[in-house]
Amino acid sequence: MSVDGGAHGPGQPAEGAVLDLRDVHRTHGTGPAAVHALRGVSLSVRPGELVAVMGPSGSGKSTLLALAGGLDSPTAGEVRVEGQPLGELDRRRLAQLRRRRIGYIFQDLNLLGSLTAVENVALPLELDGAGVRRARRLAAEALAEVGLPELGDRFPDQLSGGQQQRVAIARALVGERRLVLADEPTGALDSQTGEAVLHLLRRRVDAGAAGVLVTHEARHAGWADRVVFLRDGVLVDTTAPLVGVEQLLSGSGR
Amino acid sequence: MSIRHGLLALLERGQMYGYQLRAAFEESTGSTWPLNIGQVYTTLSRLERDGLVRSLPESEAGQRPYEITDAGRADLTLWFATPISRTDRPRDELAIKLALALTTPGVDVRSVVQTQRSATMRTLQELTRLKYASDRPEDLPWRLVLDAMVFQAEAEVRWLDHCETSLVRYRPPAGGPAAAPGAVDRTDEEARR
Repeated sequence: MSVDGGAHGPGQPAEGAVLDLRDVHRTHGTGPAAVHALRGVSLSVRPGELVAVMGPSGSGKSTLLALAGGLDSPTAGEVRVEGQPLGELDRRRLAQLRRRRIGYIFQDLNLLGSLTAVENVALPLELDGAGVRRARRLAAEALAEVGLPELGDRFPDQLSGGQQQRVAIARALVGERRLVLADEPTGALDSQTGEAVLHLLRRRVDAGAAGVLVTHEARHAGWADRVVFLRDGVLVDTTAPLVGVEQLLSGSGR
Repeated sequence: MSIRHGLLALLERGQMYGYQLRAAFEESTGSTWPLNIGQVYTTLSRLERDGLVRSLPESEAGQRPYEITDAGRADLTLWFATPISRTDRPRDELAIKLALALTTPGVDVRSVVQTQRSATMRTLQELTRLKYASDRPEDLPWRLVLDAMVFQAEAEVRWLDHCETSLVRYRPPAGGPAAAPGAVDRTDEEARR
């Protein structure tokens, strides 16, 4: 089966890609008990592009996302974010890159119950040394972006599940995040609320970020420009990038 | 669903002639169901034969408008009130294709599954893109049509996922015609994240 679109060979750098995985392997354990979570995956994601990663449980989806976000390191191969090989960064600089440039949206929201919505969103900026006033201003902007401009002073337990998820997304988008990584971001939300979450992700990507969405739900993967399929740690297939809506409507998009 | 009931529903809005009906039909199905004008006139003449519509005198421009009759209105009401039966739909070619792939020697079933899944995902992407571009309040009818297609495509992908999971465990009977699908010897331990 051929793999076209954004997958590329190990030796060919992708110009302008925000995220670039090159022949990435990740093995847990050694010897006969070794588990090969990823076996030679190459993938690049450009600004303005949302890539969905699909595959059965255990196919390596979440491992791929952890490697892309610098939360885990490959056993072999290279991960680059904005051209910077993550393996060359020391822990401090890696942590800085994660706070400044990468946004994470997970099923577990991890909002701090003792902080208000705006304080939760401002937290990564404040940890990064931003002044409180600037951090709060950017946090308020991010809350407005996710449609919660007036709920900044509420605590998480005063918000609905969907509102909490929006706060978590605002935290992932706050500041100048160039790479947004989402792992089953709609969780247990109802279909309308889940759709709103994907709408927000799509909008940020349309504004120039690069996005990776791990999901087992085809309906959610439909929001992506490109869908890649993982099986047993190998990228087996990918859909071709989409053309514009105008061509779809005129029926020549296929 | 029939073009018949589609045209009746449009005529319930008011009298229209053939080209108007075609345009309105395509608009309400977002051009996903293109009609040629011949289909429209054939359907109109059958509806007229059955007393569900009546043709009105031609206009000066030579266009003949049609209007719905009371019988047509009753037929339309019945259609809206009656659930669609699965048995009214055409047989599922995909299910039959996969069943045959499994029992035909030399066919890589997992590749058939993946090829279909990729194509259906592509359709889902296109439908979602259209939805994203249609977010005005007045687009709601069109968005609901799109949603129906989205959920159908999603169901197909879920079924394909299910097929793939079943194939991993599948061992063809000894001497049977089917070739073993690939990668059946992996253990659950290996497959774990």
